[in-house]
Amino acid sequence: MIRVVLPAHLRVLAGIDGEVELAVAGQVTQRSVLDALEARYPVLRGTIRDHDGGPRRAFIRFFACEQDLSHDRPDDPLPDAVVTGAEPYLIVGAMAGG
Amino acid sequence: MVMFLARRFAVSGQAGRGSAMSGVRVLVGTRKGAFVLTADGRREQWEVSGPHFAGWEIYHVKGSPADPQRLFASQCSGWSGQVIQRSDDGGATWEPVGNRFGYDGTPGTHQWYDGTPHPWEFERVWHLEPSLDDPDLVYAGVEDAGLFRSTDGGQQWQELSGLRCHDSAPSWQPGAGGMCLHTLLLDPSDPNRMFAAISAAGAFRSDDAGQTWRPVNHGLQSQGIPDPDAEVGHCVHRLAMHPSRPAVLYMQKHWDVMRSDDSGESWHEVSGNLPTDFGFPIDVHAHEPDTVYVVPITSDSEHFPPEGKLRVYRSRTGGDEWEPLTRGLPQEHCYVNVLRDAMAVDSLEDCGVYFGTTGGQVYASADAGDSWAPIVRDLPAVLSVEVQTLP
Repeated sequence: MIRVVLPAHLRVLAGIDGEVELAVAGQVTQRSVLDALEARYPVLRGTIRDHDGGPRRAFIRFFACEQDLSHDRPDDPLPDAVVTGAEPYLIVGAMAGG
Repeated sequence: MVMFLARRFAVSGQAGRGSAMSGVRVLVGTRKGAFVLTADGRREQWEVSGPHFAGWEIYHVKGSPADPQRLFASQCSGWSGQVIQRSDDGGATWEPVGNRFGYDGTPGTHQWYDGTPHPWEFERVWHLEPSLDDPDLVYAGVEDAGLFRSTDGGQQWQELSGLRCHDSAPSWQPGAGGMCLHTLLLDPSDPNRMFAAISAAGAFRSDDAGQTWRPVNHGLQSQGIPDPDAEVGHCVHRLAMHPSRPAVLYMQKHWDVMRSDDSGESWHEVSGNLPTDFGFPIDVHAHEPDTVYVVPITSDSEHFPPEGKLRVYRSRTGGDEWEPLTRGLPQEHCYVNVLRDAMAVDSLEDCGVYFGTTGGQVYASADAGDSWAPIVRDLPAVLSVEVQTLP
C-alpha cells in the first residue's frame, strides 16, 4: 500500500483522519498515486494539481525519502521505499506567509 | 466549530419593532473562515457559529432567495485553489460541490498592470449570486473576470463567455485587488436583465440572461486611464439596486458615488457633501429606494476612514445630500476598511444595516443606521457580509 500524507487543510476538506493508504495498480508514479488519491477523494480534484491530471499547483510540493520530487516528471517511478510503504509520499503546502 | 451567544448589545432606537417571530441570519466571509450570526427579529442577542472552513479565505457566502436554507460559499486558498461549498440546512452542515471553472475555448489576454498583454487565468470566485426563484441556479463572478453559471446547485459550472469575449476585453486591466467580477445584480422585473461590474473595466449589462453584454459606463469620469470618459477601463467598486425600482442603480466607483436612472445608460455623480467620495460598498434601504448607504474612505492610498472616525453616510434623497451616522461607531483611532461586498441590509420592518471591517468587527444597526453596535469584534478581516431575513 502507498502511504500518502496530506496537509492539514486538505485532510479537513476531504474528511481524512491521518494518513491515506492507497492501492495503486501498475507502476507507482506521482501521476498514478495522485490519480488514485483523487479517485477516492474527488473533492481533492483541482486542489493539488489542475483538473484532469494537469500541472501541480504552484504552492504545493511533493516530497519523499527526504527528497524534493516536485520537479520530477509525473510518470517517473517513485522510490522503492514509497512503493513498499516503508516511507510516505508527502504532499506539502509550500512555506509561504509565515 | 465554535458556537456561543454573543453578549447582548444595546441597540437604541426602535429595535423592538422588528418582529420577534422573524429573524436574521448574517453570513460573514473572512480571510480565515466563514461565520454565521443569527438573531431573532429584535436583533439584540446573537448566536455566532464558526469558523467554518477554518484557515481558508471565504470571499463570499450567500443564500438562495428561493430557498433560504440553501447557502453557497466561495472557499479558496493560495495553496489549494478554489472550492465551492453548499449548505442545505442554513449553514449547519456543508458539502463541497463543483470547483471546475474552465473558460470557454482558448482564453485570450487582458492588460496587465503595466499595459502589456497578460493571459486570462482563473484565480478565485469573488461573488456568488443565487437566482431569485430557482434554488439550483447560481452565478459566480470570478477573477480573472468572467461569469459562470450552475444550473444544478453548484455541481457543474459553465462560463457565460459573452462577457469575457466582449470586444473590449483585451483592454481590461486589473485593479489593486485583481481583475475581478465582483458584483452581479439580477433585475427582479426582467429575468433576462442583469448587471455586472468588473475592476477595472466598468459596469456591463445583459438583456438576454447573460449571453451577450455591453458596457454601460456613459457619464463616468476616471483619472488614471488614458481617456477619462472611455467606454471601459473604469474601476467600479460596487453597484446597488432596490428591487422595487430596478432601473435606478447606485455605484461606488474608485472615486465618485454615481447614480443612473435609466438602467445604466447614463450616470451622474451624487457624491454631494460626502467628506470623500472614495470607498467600496454601497447599499440601499430595504423599504426606501432613495435611502442609500456608503462608507467613505480617505483615499486610494489610505484605505481607512477620514480622521480615524468610522462613519457610515446615509442619503435619504437618492444621493447628493448625505448625513454621517456615528452613534455606536468608533470616532477616534479607527483605521479599518470596509470592503466592497461587506455591507448588507435585512428587510424587517425596521430595516437592519450590517457591515464588516478589515479589523474583524461586524456592526449592526436595527434602526436603519441611526445607531450601531458590534455583533462581534475580533473576527479575521471581513471580506463579505450578506443577510437573510427569515420567516
